[in-house]
Amino acid sequence: MTTLMAERHPSDPLFRADRLPHIWCPGCGIGPAMHAYAQALVESGIPLDRHVCVSGIGCSGRVPGYLNIDSYHTTHGRAIPFAMAVALVRPQLEVAVFSGDGDLFAIGGNHFIHAARRNVDLNVICINNFNYGMTGGQVGPTTPMGARATTAPYGNYEQPFSLPYLAAATGAVFVARWTSLHLRQLKQAILRAMKKRGLTFIEVLAPCPVGFGRPNEIGDAMEEMMLYRERCVVDHGAPLAALDIDLRQRDRPIVLGNFVDIERPVFDPLAMRRPAPEVEDHAPLARKEQEG
Amino acid sequence: MKDGPAVLEGQHFLLGDHACAEGALAAGCRFFAGYPITPSTEIAERLAHRLPEVGGIFVQMEDELASMAAIVGASVAGARAMTATSGPGFSLMMENVGLAAMMEVPCVVVNVQRGAPSTGLPTLVAQADVMQARWGSHGDYEIVAYAPASPQECFDLTVRAFNTADQYRIPVFVLADEVVGHMTERVVIPPPDAIPKVERKRPRTAPGGDGFLPFQADDDLVPPMAHAGEGYRVHFTGLTHDERGYPATNAEAHDRLVRRLVEKVRRHAWRIEEYEESQLEDARVVVIAYGSTARSARRAVAVAREEGIRAGLLRPITLWPFPGERVRRLAERVGAVVVPELNMGQIAREVERFTHRPVLGVNHAGGAMLPPEPILDTIREAATR
Amino acid sequence: MLRGQSTRVPLDWKAAVLPQGQVYVIPSRCKECRFCIDFCPRDVLTLSTETNVRGYRYPVVATGKDVACVHCEFCSLVCPEYAIYTVEVAGAGVTP
Repeated sequence: MTTLMAERHPSDPLFRADRLPHIWCPGCGIGPAMHAYAQALVESGIPLDRHVCVSGIGCSGRVPGYLNIDSYHTTHGRAIPFAMAVALVRPQLEVAVFSGDGDLFAIGGNHFIHAARRNVDLNVICINNFNYGMTGGQVGPTTPMGARATTAPYGNYEQPFSLPYLAAATGAVFVARWTSLHLRQLKQAILRAMKKRGLTFIEVLAPCPVGFGRPNEIGDAMEEMMLYRERCVVDHGAPLAALDIDLRQRDRPIVLGNFVDIERPVFDPLAMRRPAPEVEDHAPLARKEQEG
Repeated sequence: MKDGPAVLEGQHFLLGDHACAEGALAAGCRFFAGYPITPSTEIAERLAHRLPEVGGIFVQMEDELASMAAIVGASVAGARAMTATSGPGFSLMMENVGLAAMMEVPCVVVNVQRGAPSTGLPTLVAQADVMQARWGSHGDYEIVAYAPASPQECFDLTVRAFNTADQYRIPVFVLADEVVGHMTERVVIPPPDAIPKVERKRPRTAPGGDGFLPFQADDDLVPPMAHAGEGYRVHFTGLTHDERGYPATNAEAHDRLVRRLVEKVRRHAWRIEEYEESQLEDARVVVIAYGSTARSARRAVAVAREEGIRAGLLRPITLWPFPGERVRRLAERVGAVVVPELNMGQIAREVERFTHRPVLGVNHAGGAMLPPEPILDTIREAATR
Repeated sequence: MLRGQSTRVPLDWKAAVLPQGQVYVIPSRCKECRFCIDFCPRDVLTLSTETNVRGYRYPVVATGKDVACVHCEFCSLVCPEYAIYTVEVAGAGVTP
C-alpha cells in the first residue's frame, strides 16, 4: 500500500470546507477539538440542522466559522447569554458554546457562573490553552503561576482558576476535562453533554505552540502534546478541589476525567406557572396503620 | 394561573413605562431580557407579569451586557426581543448594539433617561443620552430613535420601533425620559388587527440548496433574514464579512459592508423620520423640543402667541434620523430657533448643522421638567433677532 | 492448570479481525505538526521528502509499513488540519 493523495476529507461536509485550511497555527490543539465536536454532532442522533454553535472572540472563537451548522461568532465574553437566548426561544435546538479560557472566564466569567447557577440548557466547551492566543500570548485567568506571557514578562504572579472546580461549584451538571490528545474520550464526553439537559462544561487542554509554548520553553506543539501524554492521568472520582494545574511541578499529574454528572432542575422561565408534578400522598396510608 | 391577551384592547389610565410594555406585547414581542434600573424597572416588572401570560419569555439577566447579548440571540432565533434600561445600563449595552448593527439583527432598546453622567440622578428626569444613542457604539452605523412625549406615545412608538427594527434589520431605540415613563395618562390600545405589523424579510428560497446568502441584500439594501434552526446553516459574525457571512477582513470588503449598513438607513430616512408641527405656517420663531420638554414648550408657544409673537413648535418624534431637511426649510423663513432640552445642548447641535440662523438653547442638566417660563423668555428674546 | 499460561480466551477470538487501513493524505492542508507520525500506534508514517505548496513536509507511509496500518483512525482524529484519514481495506483484515 502506498500513500494515496486526496482532495477532500470525509469530515469535510461537517465543515465549511471552502474556508479550509483554517487560520490556526501548525500544531494548534483547536483543530482536533473541533473535529471531535464535529464527529459528536454526527453521532448525536440530532440532525445537523438542529445544532447551533455560538462563540466569543479568540482563536477558539473562530470554531463556529468553520462548522457547517447555524453558527454565531459574537462579542468577547458574551457568547453564553446570546446562546442562552437562542436555547430559550427554540428549545428544540442543541446549542453549544465553543470558546476559549479568556473569553469564557475573564470577560465572560460573570455570564458563566450565572448560566451554571441557573442550569441553562447549554453545552459549554472551553479550549484552555493557558493564554490569550489570538492577540499574541497574553496572560489569562488560567495561565499557571510563574508562566511567561507578553503581559507577564517576569512570570505570571496570579493564581489561575481550576475550571472544573469553578464549574462544579457554580452548579454545572456535567463537568469534564480532556485534552486535544484524548480525543476519543473528548468525543464521548461531548456526546454525554448533548444528551444531558442543563449546563454542561468540558474543558479541553490544548497546545498553543506560539502563544504559550514558545515563551515557556515548550519546544513545539508535539512537545506539549507529549507533556499531556506523560503527565495526564484519568481519575473520574478525583476530588474537585484537587484539580488545579501547575505546569512547573513536573511530578504533579494533570487530572483528566468526567468529574461531575448530576441532575438539577433545568432553567425554565415558566417553571412557576407549570402544573406541579404529581406527588404521592402517603398520609392516608399512615393514618390507616395507626388505626389498625 | 391564567393566560391573558397580548393586546389589552380598550382605554386605560397607564403609567408610561407600562404603556411601553403593552406596546411591546401588542407588537408581538415575546422575549424580554433586562436588568432593574430606575426609572425603567416598571417596564421589566410589567413584562415579568405579562409575558408568561402570553407564552413569552422574561429573564432578568445578571447585567445589562448580558441583557443586550440575550436580545440579539433571541432575535436571531426568530423572536421579537426587547430590553429596557436607563443611562448606566445604556452605556453597558453599547457593545452589543454594535453587534446588532453589524449582524443586522432587529431588536428594541428602551432608554428611560435620567440625570447623568454616571450614577447621576437615578429617580429624576434628563434628556442627556441623545447623542449617545446616535454614536454610543464604536464605528459607523445608523440608528433610529423614537422620543415619546406621553404614555400614549410610549405605546405607539414602541410598536413602531419593532416594525422599523424588523424592516431594516437594525437595533432601534425608544428614548423616553423619566417624566414620560413615570407619568400616568390616558392610553388607548386599538384592537389586535388595527396594530400595524411589518415583519422582517424572510428567505425566498427553501433551505438546503446552495442559493441562500445570508448577507446578500436586495435593492432596498436589506438582506432577508434566516433564523437559527431553519436549516439555512447560516454563519453570523461581528467581524467584517461578505455576502456569505464569512469573515472578510480586508479594506475593500469593509468599505462595501459599512457603506451598505449606513446607506440602508440613510436612503430610507425620509420614510422613517417623524415629527409633529404646530403653528409653523407663519412662525417667525421655531421651538424644537422633544419628550417631556415638548409638553412645556407647547405651553410656552401658546403663551407667546397670546403675546403676539408668531411662535411655532416642531416636535421631532424620531430624534434619529433627525428631520434636518425640515429644519433647513423652516429656518429659511424664521428669525431664530429655540431648542429647549434637559441637557447641555445635544439636539441643538443637530439644528445648528441645518441652519445659519441663531439657535438659542434653553438648557438644564436635569432633575426636573423644564418649565414653560424659561422657554418663553427665550422665545421672547428670539423674537427680537 | 499449567502455571503461567491462561486457559481463557475471548469468546469471539476466532471472529476478531484486525483491520487493515489505506492511508489518504491531503498534502496541501498539512502544516508538518507531526502529530500523526508520532502518535500512530504502528509507526506507519514518516515525513515525506517533498514539500507541499506551503513548504511543509507531509506524512507518507514509511518503507516496509505497507500493510501495517490497522485503521485505528487516530491520525484522522488528531490531525489539526483534517489532512489525513484512513479507509478500511475490505477483505484484507487478518485474524490475530
